[in-house]
Amino acid sequence: MKIEADRERCIGSGMCLLAVPEVFDQDDDGLVVLLEPAPQPEHVAPARTAVANCPSGALRLLDG
Amino acid sequence: MTVWGEGGLTMTEAPVMPLHMQRDRFDPVPELAAAREQEGVTQIVTPFGETAYLVSRYADVREVLSDATRFSNVRPVPFAPATLQVGPEELAKMRAGQMLGFDPPEHTRLRRMLTPEFTVRRMRRLEPRIVEIVDAALDDVEKAGKPADLVSLFALPVPSLVICELLGVPYADRADFQHRTGRQLDISIPLEERLALGRESRDYMDFLVAKAFADPGEDMIGMLVREHGDDLTADELAGVAGLLLIAGHETTSNMLGLGTLALMRHPEQLAMVRDDPSAVEPAVEELMRWLSIVHSGVPRTTKQEVQIAGRTIPKGAMLVLALSAANRDAALVDEPERLDITRGAPGHLAFGHGVHHCLGAPLARMEMRIAFPALLRRFPNLALANSYDDVAFRSFHFVYGLHELQVTW
Repeated sequence: MKIEADRERCIGSGMCLLAVPEVFDQDDDGLVVLLEPAPQPEHVAPARTAVANCPSGALRLLDG
Repeated sequence: MTVWGEGGLTMTEAPVMPLHMQRDRFDPVPELAAAREQEGVTQIVTPFGETAYLVSRYADVREVLSDATRFSNVRPVPFAPATLQVGPEELAKMRAGQMLGFDPPEHTRLRRMLTPEFTVRRMRRLEPRIVEIVDAALDDVEKAGKPADLVSLFALPVPSLVICELLGVPYADRADFQHRTGRQLDISIPLEERLALGRESRDYMDFLVAKAFADPGEDMIGMLVREHGDDLTADELAGVAGLLLIAGHETTSNMLGLGTLALMRHPEQLAMVRDDPSAVEPAVEELMRWLSIVHSGVPRTTKQEVQIAGRTIPKGAMLVLALSAANRDAALVDEPERLDITRGAPGHLAFGHGVHHCLGAPLARMEMRIAFPALLRRFPNLALANSYDDVAFRSFHFVYGLHELQVTW
């Protein structure tokens, strides 16, 4: 499973980082930084939730 | 219904409380749930006397909020009836810096200046100070003795002090601006008075902003002057700061008051929040969902004809999004009418969604995660001091809450 993050759409809510900090971080501008574009197996489920809950739709899943 | 008098607008009838704001204690009235289940989109009259479509299903509300292209935040006059006659200068002043009244790209420009101030990292740096503020308020409650009003001694001062420090607003002025904003959002107060209070609030902010331009401090207003002083006008800065000030205390204070009452009514869940640190985060999210203190965000205007819940909505129509109804939609969680802090945080719309998603959410979350357990540990046997039947809910207000909360311990 791969995640794509659109920093142009990101509004810096930080919800992805709060959900799974191993996969997502926030830079000094408040925008998303993708630490693990292909999350480890144990991070896949919370990463999916983070993608679904992203308020601005900046996160996308690229998988089957 | 509305009449033009000298100097503006008078309502000859009192505003009617629209369906999405009607509550029986904690719960939205059954008619709202029926509207969601049966029609999905119904018509209401807003507190400003305008007809609007009420959108109440979770999926529909979420879709509207996520699309700023089809659904605009721009209104003829921000936070007032569209028909209000205001001179162009006053209108420009009312609009300046009011992020909630803009769409991208104007909204994006303002929002991006603030996003770095509200990151999770920044909020974590505030944590020690928030803990101090919470402890000091709890000392005040203890000193006041039983019974004590948790709203005036705890729920209101904690977020108020935090946002004042963050923004650089002098805490000594707190009583004044709290009085104003409490009344600005109180719909039972005549519109004329609310607009006058809005002007007073702006004048106060203008004064603070002028001081910051002359001598920028280490707070957020000072930072905005230093980093964006060439790009932001004084009016815009006053507008932004004013918005953050209202949003920063009117909301979290009501969550603390209502949330405490909700937990007292669910003693097993109160015990979990008090005794189990891992229960706190999901409890905060569930309280946000179940309470949905902000009845609706800013109304949206359709930029084109759209379909919602099988109904055709014309271009130029006003939409009101019933956040409490959406948050209690079974499509979101099972048994949505139940408060259940063990659900795990499946997501909710209480902070909104889309580009206008609450900027202060990381701050609000941090304040609540600290305040609820601290309160319940300081007073492990916290209880209502009067009868539940006598608790005064703040019924006709843009943000739901309590007038006071008398507790004993």
